[in-house]
Amino acid sequence: MRFAAHVEVRLRPGIADPESATIVRALPALGFDDVGAMTTGRSFRFEVEAETEEAALERASALAARLLANPVMEDVSVSVGRAVPA
Amino acid sequence: MAARVGVVVFPGTNCEHDVAAALRRVGAEPTFLWHGESELGALDAVVLPGGFAHGDYLRPGAIARFSPVMGAVAAFARAGGRVVGICNGFQVLTEAGLLPGALQKNRHLRFLCAPATLMVASDRSVLTAGLPVGTELVLPVNHFDGSYVCDPATLDELRGEDRVVLRYLDNPNGSVDDIAGICNEGRNVVGLMPHPERASDELLGSADGLVLFRSLLSVSVG
Repeated sequence: MRFAAHVEVRLRPGIADPESATIVRALPALGFDDVGAMTTGRSFRFEVEAETEEAALERASALAARLLANPVMEDVSVSVGRAVPA
Repeated sequence: MAARVGVVVFPGTNCEHDVAAALRRVGAEPTFLWHGESELGALDAVVLPGGFAHGDYLRPGAIARFSPVMGAVAAFARAGGRVVGICNGFQVLTEAGLLPGALQKNRHLRFLCAPATLMVASDRSVLTAGLPVGTELVLPVNHFDGSYVCDPATLDELRGEDRVVLRYLDNPNGSVDDIAGICNEGRNVVGLMPHPERASDELLGSADGLVLFRSLLSVSVG
């Protein structure tokens, strides 16, 4: 069975996030002076072939931990659901 | 006999010829190691040069660490072999778990390409043995992801075990504790963001990099 996985990677709290800081600094010039506390990250979507949803989640989590995120500076969240047939 | 030094080349590495030229200047015989090779052969040291291994996709070093050559480099390091990662090579060594911590984007998202003044913070590494602590060196930095970061326990360990090898005098990138280079527990694996090979002749503005390569080739580390 094919499952759709979604992995989100973002910087851990306490790790400097110059990208978000730069975006937030630019916002008042666009009239968004009411926006703050931004974090940026990466999102990965892929499909996993597995027997069960739990097995798919396990595979996706293993991939996220081994490659997609660097645990020294990044947190990761993983979710899976049934893939919609093309 | 001249020391044989392996210079690892990933797709996207771009400092290998500069490193090879600097190694020749200090009397070593460089040999290029393509990333797909899984055997190193008989070598006295290995250098991972700078560049953009595998395009730096995902994170610098994240994909390079799975190249076949890295298994051999890890085995060489475990056996006590001298390994130095410069810039992107440092990033590869942290991703591969051969050195602790990580390199993240520079403070202020600034790409840096400038000479940096460094201080030798420890003489107990294969790259700095024989250099008095406090020695100042001018080496170019050239990076976007050069801000060294690690958790507080790792930082305590690095300091307590005298494993911070080089520090910036005027921290250009936001690295914790002004760290420009560190070594592993065995002191035989060193990573640094500045480029010693680009300071290998007075014509380049500094020849300070040569003392590091000489140290790499000559030392026994206590």
